[in-house]
Amino acid sequence: MLEIDNLTHVYGPGSANEHRAIDGLKLSVAEGELLCIVGPSGCGKSTLLRSIAGLITPTGGEIRVDGKLVRQTPDNLAVVFQDYSRSLFPWMSVADNVALPLRRRDMDKRARREAAQEALESVGLLGAAEKYPFQLSGGMQQRVAIARALAYRPSLMLMDEPFGSVDAQTREDLEDLVLKVRGHHRMTIVLITHDIDESVYVGDRVVVLSKAPAHVVGDLRVDLPGPRDQITTREHPDFVRLRGEVGRLVRGVDVAAPA
Amino acid sequence: MTSTATLAGRGRTSPSRARLAKYLRHATGVAVFLLAWELAGRTGLISWLPSASTSLARVAQLAADPAFLADLASTLTAAAVGLPLAVLVAVPVGLLLGTVPVVEEMTRAIVEFLRPIPSVALIPLALFFFQPEINAKVALIVYAASWPILINTLYGVRDVDPVATETLRSFGFGSGAVIWRVSLPSAAPFIFTGVRLAASITLILAISVEYVVGGAGGIGAFLIQASTGIGADAMVDVIATLVWAGLVGLAVNTLLLRAERRLFRWRHA
Repeated sequence: MLEIDNLTHVYGPGSANEHRAIDGLKLSVAEGELLCIVGPSGCGKSTLLRSIAGLITPTGGEIRVDGKLVRQTPDNLAVVFQDYSRSLFPWMSVADNVALPLRRRDMDKRARREAAQEALESVGLLGAAEKYPFQLSGGMQQRVAIARALAYRPSLMLMDEPFGSVDAQTREDLEDLVLKVRGHHRMTIVLITHDIDESVYVGDRVVVLSKAPAHVVGDLRVDLPGPRDQITTREHPDFVRLRGEVGRLVRGVDVAAPA
Repeated sequence: MTSTATLAGRGRTSPSRARLAKYLRHATGVAVFLLAWELAGRTGLISWLPSASTSLARVAQLAADPAFLADLASTLTAAAVGLPLAVLVAVPVGLLLGTVPVVEEMTRAIVEFLRPIPSVALIPLALFFFQPEINAKVALIVYAASWPILINTLYGVRDVDPVATETLRSFGFGSGAVIWRVSLPSAAPFIFTGVRLAASITLILAISVEYVVGGAGGIGAFLIQASTGIGADAMVDVIATLVWAGLVGLAVNTLLLRAERRLFRWRHA
């Protein structure tokens, strides 16, 4: 579904403050997979995500979505950014925010409106449709951003540290929301996080990146019994083992990474 | 101790009472000013100054004076035609300069050169190029009113949050859609402030041109006629006209300020 081959990105090549963010990164994500990418902060996770989304043109390597080389933003892709307060448009109502990207689809106004309502319902925010983003809490705003991505019905959803700016309780709710909606919508999700526990809890698979320039240092399959639960899953011996493995990889301690 | 008491006292005051107190302070200021004016006029402290009561009575009379009303209408019409034209010129140019850095850099020297030239100094030039005078008046209004709108649009567009822009781009929208759906609405509060500043400039320019041309009607022309009269009456007319100009400016500004608050509630939350 998503193929990344030998991806390299250098900021300001040739200049005094040249920064090599990604170096020879290889990664492939299967259809319907929920992949979590973890890595130390500043390791180039966001550069990777922006390259997949076609927001920046990487200096080397290839990215393919559904077999098609990414040159500009792929058609069936949606991004959920960390900073919901800046990503939502404050001058639009919640419903209009969710409906806006649907202008890219062949839908009339009514169809867009209905799709927006449906997406808002699936994140439990139907009642907030006519409100404005500033009238909602941070967690609710991020739900709106998720609803906006869902309404677009992407085949690939990218999430850039989506729960990095909310409190712990809200964070758990949103993690469960992602697990719930992926069951309803068939899509591939790539979620970037710096939270090791979160990556193991949410992911089918966790890929660990090195510090910049980023490349893959670990690739672990998460086989935890489902459905996942904030209490029991986190007590499960496999969860504890996996988070230990991921943690060591992130910190750069040598452990044998299962292929 | 004192500060605690003040805080507690403030906590108890309801918003409407606080607002009433504020208006009361404003009104007190005005009352003191009027009283000082009245005294200065009556006692002859400032010999040429007609008293506040005489002047304000004349202000009221002017409201029923057909000649004055025609002049007022003429000034307001020029301003009302010029301001939207200025918006039509300045907003697209501001968008262009704000979104294409190369164009902005190329025009910066010209902009920085033209901007400080007082628009009033361009009256002779405008009269030469635009005839009849009403056209020169509108042309100058458009020119002068364009600056604050242009500059505010430019900075407003530059200030657009890159995350908002990327969000729209990530859904596959092109740069035209980004300007229309993100840059413009996001800069709208800045642009509107520019329009509000421009509105007061339209009055300044309209009255200035009228004052220079004389025959072209408008408050400025009325001012000339009033000042060429004789004795104390002339001064009463001049002052009453100025009060009218001030009132019109105040009304326009208040109206636009209200509209601004209402339209851009999302901004201050």
